[in-house]
Amino acid sequence: MIYLKLIWAYLKIGLFGFGGGYAMLAFIERAIVGPGWISSQMFTDIVAISQMTPGPIGINSATYIGYVAPGVSDPAFAGPLWGLLGSLTCTLVVVVPSFILTLYASHFIQRHKESAVIKGIFAGLRPVVVGLIASAALLLMNPANFGSESADVLKSIAICLAAFILVYFVKWHPILVICLAGITGYIIF
Amino acid sequence: MMKNRWVIWLFLSNFATAMEKNSNILFSLFLTFMKIGAFTFGGGWAMISIIEREVVDKHGWLAKDEFLDQLAVAQSLPGILAVNISVAVGDRLRGTRGAISAALGTILPSFVIILCIAIFLTPDLIKNNPVLSSIFAGIRPAVVALIVAPVITTARAARISWRTIAIPVAVALLIWSKLPVISNPIIFIVLGGVGGYLHMRLSMKRLHSGARRMKGGDL
Repeated sequence: MIYLKLIWAYLKIGLFGFGGGYAMLAFIERAIVGPGWISSQMFTDIVAISQMTPGPIGINSATYIGYVAPGVSDPAFAGPLWGLLGSLTCTLVVVVPSFILTLYASHFIQRHKESAVIKGIFAGLRPVVVGLIASAALLLMNPANFGSESADVLKSIAICLAAFILVYFVKWHPILVICLAGITGYIIF
Repeated sequence: MMKNRWVIWLFLSNFATAMEKNSNILFSLFLTFMKIGAFTFGGGWAMISIIEREVVDKHGWLAKDEFLDQLAVAQSLPGILAVNISVAVGDRLRGTRGAISAALGTILPSFVIILCIAIFLTPDLIKNNPVLSSIFAGIRPAVVALIVAPVITTARAARISWRTIAIPVAVALLIWSKLPVISNPIIFIVLGGVGGYLHMRLSMKRLHSGARRMKGGDL
């Protein structure tokens, strides 16, 4: 049953997804793309659309993945109503663990945030979160996203480098960079 | 008899105004976070400053230092930062019901907007429509770049040095390897937490024994 599997996957994502939306991508890639519920290409497309629409990336991607995954994994669950059910499932489930933790654990953390135990744990998590985001970037550098023919790969690498320079050094807004990349793609691919 | 009726009426009217006040705040929590969710582009971090403006400056629901305390906790918990902070604010104001109102407000715009897009922009459409497929072929490598950039900014914020750089590199490569078991990101979250705790204890022990030795030297 795909919906139960989605619940289990998104519970894990919500419970262990430390470090914000980008770090969460590593979990989503493994839990959702791994079993083949959506393709690697669709995953990247969903990340792009999640960045271009308002709201948190974690919620946007959960809603989108929940809509697409049931139909892809089993044609019996294709269609808008099954998609809506999947969207509701993933979006609510990804919020539940942190909702409960915020209600019941935040007082504890607040009280002990100066304690060595809490400080130590979070100090240890920080470099791991950097690694998680890096792994998401590595996982997406694949033929599905960069093409398989050498001409396409070269064009893709050029777009990737240009986008990095624009976002990191020139400080362009990510949405602007995505739009520009889309126009470039329309022209050169 | 008359008096009793008055008491009941007073009780009921007070109850009603209390309810109204309460539901007003619940509703205004929902509306405020819905507005933030609907109009803030760029994910959780972009939302924080807007949330602060609404919650602290505009509505005065939380004092600034109180908000920063809540933000620090929301950041240290797993899950979606913007949802965590809205839950924390709602909880402070009206307990669990406030938390649910605020969280639903944050989620709803995303949910509706993405649902509308997902209904039309299906994987098959992107694959089979030549215009869309070439547009997304250009977008995909750019998305990778958009994820590389925060790797560097978070690494700097986490003060990754040449001594500690082995940790994120090993984590990234192992997850990327897709090897069974050891490529699971959950393992690294657990290891990072436990490792950080042990490291803190060890360095504190060293500090203590160092202090003791110093004392001994003085004598």
